[in-house]
Amino acid sequence: MSATKWEVVIGLETHTQLKTQSKIFSGSSVAFGAPPNAQANAVDIALPGMLPVLNREAVVCAIKLGLAVGGKIAPRSIFARKNYFYPDLPKGYQISQFETPVVSGGGLSIKVSEGTHRAGAGNTAIEKFINLTRAHLEEDAGKSLHEDFHGKTGIDLNRAGIPLLEIVSEPDMRSSNEAVAYAKALHALVQWIGICDGNMQEGSFRCDANVSVRPLGQKEFGTRREIKNLNSFRFMQQAIDFEVQWQINEIEEGRAIQQATVLFNSDTGETRAMRSKEDAHDYRYFPDPDLLPLEITPAWIAKVKASLPELPGAMKARFESDYGLSAYDAATLSASREMADYFEETLTAAGRENAKLCANWVMGEVAGRLNKDGMEMTAGHTVPLAPTLLAGIIRRITDNTLSNKMAREVFDALWVGEGKDADAVIAARGLTQVTDSGAIESVIDQVLAANAKSVEEFRAGKDKAFNALVGQVMKATKGKADPQQVNDLLRKKLEA
Amino acid sequence: MINASLKELSAALAQRKISAVELATLFLNRIERMNPTLNAFITTDRDKTLAQARCADEMRKVGADDAAAASSLHGIPLAHKDIFCTQGWRTTCGSKMLANFISPYDAHVVERFAAAGMVTLGKLNMDEFAMGSSNETSFFGAVKNPWDVSRVPGGSSGGSAAAIAARLAPAATGTDTGGSIRQPAALCGLTGLKPTYGVVSRYGMIAFASSLDQAGPMAKSAEDCALLLTAMAGFDTRDSTSLERPAEDYSRDLNQPLTGLKIGLPKEFFGAGMDNDVRAVVEAALDEYRKLGATTVAVSLPNSELSVPAYYVIAPAEASSNLSRFDGVRYGYRAPDYGDLADMYSKTRAQGFGAEVKRRILIGTYVLSHGYYDAYYLQAQKIRRLIAADFTEAFKQCDVIMGPTSPSVAFAFGAKNADPVQMYLSDIYTISTNLAGLPGMSLPCGFGNNNMPVGLQIIGRWFDETKMLNAAHQYQQVTDWHSRMPEGLA
Repeated sequence: MSATKWEVVIGLETHTQLKTQSKIFSGSSVAFGAPPNAQANAVDIALPGMLPVLNREAVVCAIKLGLAVGGKIAPRSIFARKNYFYPDLPKGYQISQFETPVVSGGGLSIKVSEGTHRAGAGNTAIEKFINLTRAHLEEDAGKSLHEDFHGKTGIDLNRAGIPLLEIVSEPDMRSSNEAVAYAKALHALVQWIGICDGNMQEGSFRCDANVSVRPLGQKEFGTRREIKNLNSFRFMQQAIDFEVQWQINEIEEGRAIQQATVLFNSDTGETRAMRSKEDAHDYRYFPDPDLLPLEITPAWIAKVKASLPELPGAMKARFESDYGLSAYDAATLSASREMADYFEETLTAAGRENAKLCANWVMGEVAGRLNKDGMEMTAGHTVPLAPTLLAGIIRRITDNTLSNKMAREVFDALWVGEGKDADAVIAARGLTQVTDSGAIESVIDQVLAANAKSVEEFRAGKDKAFNALVGQVMKATKGKADPQQVNDLLRKKLEA
Repeated sequence: MINASLKELSAALAQRKISAVELATLFLNRIERMNPTLNAFITTDRDKTLAQARCADEMRKVGADDAAAASSLHGIPLAHKDIFCTQGWRTTCGSKMLANFISPYDAHVVERFAAAGMVTLGKLNMDEFAMGSSNETSFFGAVKNPWDVSRVPGGSSGGSAAAIAARLAPAATGTDTGGSIRQPAALCGLTGLKPTYGVVSRYGMIAFASSLDQAGPMAKSAEDCALLLTAMAGFDTRDSTSLERPAEDYSRDLNQPLTGLKIGLPKEFFGAGMDNDVRAVVEAALDEYRKLGATTVAVSLPNSELSVPAYYVIAPAEASSNLSRFDGVRYGYRAPDYGDLADMYSKTRAQGFGAEVKRRILIGTYVLSHGYYDAYYLQAQKIRRLIAADFTEAFKQCDVIMGPTSPSVAFAFGAKNADPVQMYLSDIYTISTNLAGLPGMSLPCGFGNNNMPVGLQIIGRWFDETKMLNAAHQYQQVTDWHSRMPEGLA
């Protein structure tokens, strides 16, 4: 075993399917699940004489992404032809952007929990900025169906011409965790700005990962291999981890890495070379003479900008400044639009002075319970507990009606649909916190009388004894007393 | 009737002197008789043609206020170059690759003429995928020049030219990528016009070189071409390179006098390379223009010698990509026997394309290849801009540019087959207008050696078709070259 420490370098290319009504260069529908070739018109099957006409809506999506990542939106970009033969590529070329992409630069912040590489770091997270190289518009190819055709191959061109935005990152990621965090952040962002439905099962969001390793401290990148078509975050993590280990083993056993395209087999958990650099195509890119240069005016950009929702970064800053949340909380709550909306609706109903409490409940109980129930706070999912109901619980915490423990009980009841709101559950279960200090004082007196030994120990300087006394008081009130109040009153009595 | 102008045919139809069915039948019968010799048509379909003609007659009967019935072209037959997709008709593009391809839709140009009430006589022969200057590359055999059947009709719109010259059709569509309307028009004694790039939609026109291809009319006279162009031009959302401009009546200025017209004569078009017989006829035509009140001025297009090499980089590059769709997968020819996918591709394309098409695909693939792109394709694009700038400079001194259309009269079959470069040089005077996107036309201006027709080329500023047609029409008012027809074909 060599003593070399290896550094992992990862860059991601993500194909996001844009949420348009029709294809990027034809009027065919893009709806998922139609019978094969039902959504392939004369342009899509590339009949002789057919010409592409650019879908403006796809350009709007690209502008939105450019604005959201703070990239540069090209005033003039060019569509090029990428030439290669394949049966599901009807024209014999794919229309894409090559030298002049519609968006260049920009980037996005990711949050990575430390711990994978550094033991004992707990669940703290660090923030990292991942730079983007570019994002360009292109059309998808069709699908080759190799099964069920008795040794022949079927071609489905429904997908041919579906608009894609290929978003290319810089090789800024240093672990599979970072790669997955970046992919998740991008996945959330494209849904946030409404340009992609994010459905990974249907192929709306697919990643290719360029992976290489180098000795820690070396400046030059190692030779990379590209893992194609990762369509789940779990597979991405597995594939990169396997690939990294494979590359390190190869190098340590004295073999050089050859540039290659590899596929991840989710059954075996392994990556396998599909084609080497020697088989690489010469795509003979050149500007598509059927399409004019794409011109985007500042006025158009301004119009699109006005239609954008508040972006995660701005929202995070606002959560910090307006609500006094920590950077971590603000980032967590603005990780998805659904989460942010849920939080803000809760906050509106509970009162903004309770922001921290709202944040804790949304990130803690709500997120935890969703996770436990196998649910996510994403588009299309409804959280069983409406934000206004959660706000009702929070109001009863702040007016001291409920202890935290009782509040969790109310929460569980409302989650499963028991009671119409917090007050109804409180009434039905008799869950009122004792805040009458007279009542608490009399309980304390009884406890002090019954636990003379603990009182003595406390007076002798043993702090632990104090906690035991608090526990006895809480036990005597069946948990209904406000623990803070018990603390204060008990200390007062003991120190009197 | 076979020599009548479109205007005369229109009047005869309107006055019920002849019906559309009778007119179509007249031409169909001539096609039946003469096409075996000339090979101008690849496909005719008497039933379809007569059905369209009957429909035109019925429309005229029921109401003259119908837009199509009121069109001056209503009921007049024409034929389409087989590069235009025509619904229900075989559309071959002169290739084995599409020998059995029946188009499920109409090209924009076909739609426009149908909307004007015109009747389709059939589909015209052409060089395979419009690649050729002699019509010898057609999978369906060469078209013969009606003026001398041992000679070529020019290309690639050779079928269109021969059909009109032999009076098998009163008008035809053509396409021009490097001279494919103008050169055959010149070699067959016709008038043909390549409009400014973007004036006529390319929708449904099988692409050769997308940035150069432009459809245009071919007919006996400038007056006919003006009528046809008015019908075929216009913005089309289905072609991104189609220009959004107000509709024009291209006949509106036909009768303007030419007094004061400044004709630029590029010295590069009158140097060595042009045959003496052609030179003499072109000079005489220019004298005629001076008599009509025009003045001539010497201009220069210094980069025009680069037009042929630039063209033979750009056009094959685009073609190599445009023709990739002919892969045997979805339609068209597929090799009968093959092994794996790569074998299917190579056999299909080896068998389906002819030699000239394969040559250009190879050239185009080469110039776009990694490491060669900058030296060839990018360089050619720069030359293209220089050539356009030359014209802009020249047009500061003149209204139109004139010169020969082709350096020689129609040559014999096989004369230029040994050396492709010799063949490519047939388009030396026409190619630069395509590279610059300018309109160009050819009109008959006399006869050269062996009594073969000679064409005069007129090049205009962008969108100056009306002025060019005016200049051509005025010339045709004082000459009769355009109404001559080959002997023995009556």
